[in-house]
Amino acid sequence: MPSSESEKAFVRGEAKKFWREGEYNVWFSTLSIGGILLMALTLLVVVTINGLGAFWPSKLALIKLKEGTTYLGEIEQTSRQPNSKEQRIQVKIGNRDLYSLDFKWINLDEVESITYPEEVIALEREEYGNFYGFLKEVHSPDLASGASGLEAIWGLGDQAKTNLSKLSAELRAQAEEMESIRLRRLDLAYKNPQSPRLAGLDKTLAEMGVVFETQVSAQEQAAVESQAHYALFADAGGREKEIPLVKIHRFYYPNQMSLPAKLGHYAVRIYELFFTEPRESNTEGGLFPAIVGTVILVFTMSFVSFPLGVVAAVYMREYARKGVMVQAVRVAVNNLAGIPSIVWGIFGLAFFIYFVGGGIDAFFFPERLPTPTFGTGGVLWASSTLGLLTVPVVIVATEEALGSVPSEIRHGSLALGATQFQTLMRVVLPMSSPRIMTGFILAMSRAAGEVAPLMITGVVKLAPSLPIDLHAPFFHLERKFMHLGFHIYDVGFQSPNVEAAKPMVFVTTLLLLGVVLLMTSFSIFLRNRMKKRFTGRTF
Amino acid sequence: MTQHKIQFSPVMRVRGLDLYYGTAQALFSVDMDIPKHQVTALIGPSGCGKSTFLRCLNRMNDLLGSVSIQGKIEMDDGTDIYDKHQDPIQLRRQVGMIFQKSNPFPKTIYENVVYGLRIAGVNDKKTLDQVVESSLTRAALWDEVKDRLDQSALGLSGGQMQRLCIARAVAVGPEILLMDEPCSALDPKSTAKIEDLILELRGKYTIVIVTHNMQQASRVSDYTGFFYEGKLIEFDRTQQIFTNPKNQQTEDYITGRFG
Ligand SMILES: Nc1ncnc2c1ncn2[C@@H]1O[C@H](COP(=O)(O)OP(=O)(O)O)[C@@H](O)[C@H]1O
Ligand SMILES: [Mg+2]
Repeated sequence: MPSSESEKAFVRGEAKKFWREGEYNVWFSTLSIGGILLMALTLLVVVTINGLGAFWPSKLALIKLKEGTTYLGEIEQTSRQPNSKEQRIQVKIGNRDLYSLDFKWINLDEVESITYPEEVIALEREEYGNFYGFLKEVHSPDLASGASGLEAIWGLGDQAKTNLSKLSAELRAQAEEMESIRLRRLDLAYKNPQSPRLAGLDKTLAEMGVVFETQVSAQEQAAVESQAHYALFADAGGREKEIPLVKIHRFYYPNQMSLPAKLGHYAVRIYELFFTEPRESNTEGGLFPAIVGTVILVFTMSFVSFPLGVVAAVYMREYARKGVMVQAVRVAVNNLAGIPSIVWGIFGLAFFIYFVGGGIDAFFFPERLPTPTFGTGGVLWASSTLGLLTVPVVIVATEEALGSVPSEIRHGSLALGATQFQTLMRVVLPMSSPRIMTGFILAMSRAAGEVAPLMITGVVKLAPSLPIDLHAPFFHLERKFMHLGFHIYDVGFQSPNVEAAKPMVFVTTLLLLGVVLLMTSFSIFLRNRMKKRFTGRTF
Repeated sequence: MTQHKIQFSPVMRVRGLDLYYGTAQALFSVDMDIPKHQVTALIGPSGCGKSTFLRCLNRMNDLLGSVSIQGKIEMDDGTDIYDKHQDPIQLRRQVGMIFQKSNPFPKTIYENVVYGLRIAGVNDKKTLDQVVESSLTRAALWDEVKDRLDQSALGLSGGQMQRLCIARAVAVGPEILLMDEPCSALDPKSTAKIEDLILELRGKYTIVIVTHNMQQASRVSDYTGFFYEGKLIEFDRTQQIFTNPKNQQTEDYITGRFG
């Protein structure tokens, strides 16, 4: 049959096209790109939902079991019992100080009723996580008679908090002042043990010590006094608990809240996330120090990695005589890119911290030894290590960028009497800058995501002060720092209360992704501007 | 060597020039006097060494690496441009070059023209403005671009770009302009414009132009040199070469029997 013949021919033609013209390759690449996109999106969605959901003030369920016990808490998830078909729910019951475990699995068939009473109160506390329960009464020596409700004495608690934090700020300032005088004394004693000024410094220190002591006792006094403002709560089972107001970070009535109120609550929590310090061994509170630490780390890293990489690449591509030597260096650079980052960390520890830092200490701060100043982990050494770790990326990108500048253009410049250096600065580097920028972006994202080398070069769980502040010289790069990536590891895998830490892990991951995204978007924006500027026509 | 005795004042004298790319010899004992303020065309089949010879005149071959050169190229003041004490940078300001593929920098038209001055340290706005206008006028481009000097040079047409490159070379005030097949990538109309421009520049600059196009050589040049397999076979007045060549190979080439 002619028609089926031609059909067969058509099918054969199509098959031929599929195999010979490599159409299967197109399909294959589409599939792999699709797969990659899907994975990235899934990760993003999971992290976003879990991370952003953590701050939503969910309703508190009062769960009554058939055998009589009651629990109050947020229902986190429903799932099947591993070995049977029974449904069970996970409830965040809080009150860690009363129950020691703040999450509980409850089988649904043991449940008699679930209600959402209006009057339940949720407390975010400075210690022991959330408290869920009922308010009984409030106590305060200054309470106007007849007043009741937490709102009535909340102002008093606030006052006490402000007072306490003012006192401890004074205490810290005094301690810092004393420390700096002590260092000055050390320095003086080292240089001239007979100096007459030593006695004077000792006297000042002693006087300051007395002031410090009185400040300490004043603070202790205030702390004790602040306990006088407290409220009495009861948990679901009726167990009573007194909680001082200064220990309560915030209270709310989740079952009475309207949607706008919930949104407001949510906004405040997000604000706290960005701009406040962590609490409760990092599982609650904000991430401000970790965000600042991460940004400063990557920023400082750029100052090490970018100049080093660009200069090395320019030398190799433009100046060095082509030959075995350059080729060997190139191979070495490519191999560096494959070294495990933990090895870089160890190198950083040995070279930067012990050798360079130790050298600086021996030379500039001998009087403080054996207490190290630079000879211990800190932002500077961590970012130098990351800088070396990312240098190969910058070198490879820069070399490729330089190689992509057509030789006609270089010759055009040289034929006008430009030196090689002028040609480099005025034509070649500007023309390659967009591609070099691509290398920077890759280096930055890699650096922002590295954790292993930081763990031995200066990252800490909780840094007492930021590496940047308002006291001269403003950048304190010798200080230890916090980091979002390390935070994920620490909170997620090192904290005793894994369930409570889970939302924080998601939030931190989300933030780390956000920070990387922000930094790379900015670089991409810069790169596009350069591209427009230095390549004129864009097709 | 059928070197005809020609009367003119040479601006450059090439004597016994041998050139090797590594071990491969590309030029064999070339002697040539380049006539001042005239247009000299270099013709010959591809690969015969025309570009190589041209690049010797401003020492662009230095940049290629593994090039070795014997012989002399003297300027009219008697200095050998390949002398150890000669500065190739200085030489290249005197001997400008226009390439086969136009190569404007990815900068504005203005910055392209003043590039040579800026790298020489001239930054005075007034001087630069003047040079831009005069150079672009010389390159017959001023009227077309005077309203968009601050736009990217990459937005120009092919012919305009090539004229911009000529303006850029002229701006540094050279004595000699070397052109390596400047029209080979251009359409006939732009080619005609460049040819007109060469005739304009003749008399003010010494021009050495490599061309594949026999008609072009006869139209624009005063003298013509025929290269074959790295040797300068014949060098004479253009009219002479095209009407009455002395050498059989030259005759075969221009009559189109090979090449
Ligand atoms: N950079 C170079 N390295 C090695 N050989 C070259 C190079 N440039 C040109 N040559 C060789 O020199 C000879 C002359 O080339 P060229 O001067 O470009 O010829 P033309 O311009 O007349 O076509 C050719 O054989 C070519 O292969
Ligand atoms: Mg050529």
